[in-house]
Amino acid sequence: MIPEPVRALLFYLCAGLALAGGCWVAFARNIVHSAFALLATFAGVAGLYAFLSADFLAVVQLMIYVGGVLVLILFALMLTSRIEEARVSNPTIGLVPGAVVLIAVSALLVYACVKEFGGTTDLPPGEPTTAGIGDALLSRYVLPFEVISVLLLAVLLGAVTIAGGRLRKPAPGGKPGKERP
Amino acid sequence: MNIIQHVANLLIRSVFHADPASWPWTWLVQAVVIGIAAFLAFAFVAIFAGPVSWIERRIAGRIQSRIGPNRVGPQGVLQWLADGVKCWLKEDLVPAAADRPLFLAAPYLVFTGMFGAFVVLPFGAQVVAADLNVGILYLLAITSLVVVGLLMAGWGSNSKWALFGGVRSAAQLVSYEVPSAFSLLCVVLLAGTLSTQGIVAAQGGWPWDWFIFRNPFMFAAFFLYFTAAIAEGNRTPFDLPEAESEIVAGYNIEYSGMRFLFFLFAEWANIWIMAAISAFAFLGGWQIPGIAPEQIAATKGWEFVGWQALSWTIFLVKATFLVFVVIQIRWTLPRLRVDQLMITCWKYLVPLSMLMVLGVLVLLALVPEGGGADTILRGAMVGLGLAVVLVSALRVRRTFRVDREHYREMEGRDLWYPPYRLP
Repeated sequence: MIPEPVRALLFYLCAGLALAGGCWVAFARNIVHSAFALLATFAGVAGLYAFLSADFLAVVQLMIYVGGVLVLILFALMLTSRIEEARVSNPTIGLVPGAVVLIAVSALLVYACVKEFGGTTDLPPGEPTTAGIGDALLSRYVLPFEVISVLLLAVLLGAVTIAGGRLRKPAPGGKPGKERP
Repeated sequence: MNIIQHVANLLIRSVFHADPASWPWTWLVQAVVIGIAAFLAFAFVAIFAGPVSWIERRIAGRIQSRIGPNRVGPQGVLQWLADGVKCWLKEDLVPAAADRPLFLAAPYLVFTGMFGAFVVLPFGAQVVAADLNVGILYLLAITSLVVVGLLMAGWGSNSKWALFGGVRSAAQLVSYEVPSAFSLLCVVLLAGTLSTQGIVAAQGGWPWDWFIFRNPFMFAAFFLYFTAAIAEGNRTPFDLPEAESEIVAGYNIEYSGMRFLFFLFAEWANIWIMAAISAFAFLGGWQIPGIAPEQIAATKGWEFVGWQALSWTIFLVKATFLVFVVIQIRWTLPRLRVDQLMITCWKYLVPLSMLMVLGVLVLLALVPEGGGADTILRGAMVGLGLAVVLVSALRVRRTFRVDREHYREMEGRDLWYPPYRLP
């Protein structure tokens, strides 16, 4: 068994990584740097999940957020022109409105956290969770699960309709234009 | 109990004369042993990647009727050491216009992503760094670091060729992750576990116990996975991210010295990883024919070590065979175009791999394991596999013979046959 100080050290490493990454995302002038800093945040959160014995969630966090979301964000950034100019990528709304939003959101978050997770609980035992999650998704939560898949299908169809509508128009030459936007 | 706990307990008992279960420093000894294991895995990558780079160039030479590196050491076997020393002594150049922190960090991310996969690869009966419950999912997840690293290299270099290479590579990896994940899902369905050791344990030592020969859908799933894995590793015919004729060298064009070598290291390590995944997920992994895993776990002392070594060797032979197949494919097939690459993935591989999952599910429900139909299916699949191996062996033999006759006609003497005789 790992002794308590080492566990605490591991916890603060993961939490610190997530926090430092988040700060970097917020304060970087170059939005591409912000996007890459998200990697640290995602990795830190995955570490916290692993720390809480949520092994499946930790790995899926890496797979979905690093392999999917982050790559998509980077992809979109790299295809955008003049993305490194701070005026284009990070427009500001001024100090006062920013401070109002900051105070409102942090008050809400602190209230929610204290109300829901105030006090301490023991760490859950380190048991595999995959089978339990699968059972829950296909028995108790089967309706939300299916509704989400229908929603995702609708999103997919919508994206194809919006992006593909332009491509299917016949090109000036008479032949249907394909693939080359 | 895996080999790390085994070694740690042995150390504690023999060196510190304490009981591992109650001794307060057990975790520290385990951490040190894990560090040593990580170092060994690291050394394995280096020692594997080096000679394979030489072997690949020799095979390339042989296939293209030229010689290849044969100067440093007998037959050029030490070429990789010379290359390593050369790259080590080179200046670590950073282009003036590059995004310095991103440019410097990218090789580390790529290498971390590759190296992280070694944690769950089951090298032998008890030889695995960590037998995670979510092992195969972890393998899919950790490689996403590579995508981010390649994008970082492409952007950080501040060169249009590098950016093209990085973006192409990311698009390719994200697309081909889908069919490879679906093919591995077939394996997970049969094994009923995500743990890599569990998947190996669900198979057997004899070919008819391997997952690839379980039914026709698994047979197809193996080839789907292999194709998708080659694409994920940026190997020809899918090496568009570094297509020399179009974008010079892709994401690594601005790199020099050791940083450049780290990208190549990661590429060769990746060949090994994909071959190892194919070997343990479809080809029975380290399973020794006729010996159950429980029998190995029950042995003690030197006998235990012997069985571990034997299982390790079996796994290594299977994976190395697949590495050679990958190398041969690289020098045999031409490169695809970008649109062909995407069509191959989304119009053929993805629907086919979904079909394989459905087929495996149906057969899992209809054909009980160990019944008559199961035996017939396995037998037919082993026969099909043997036929595939036989046909390729005969074709290779025929090619060598034609080669020899041409050479004899031109030069009037025999050369390059048998194939292991190199100039």
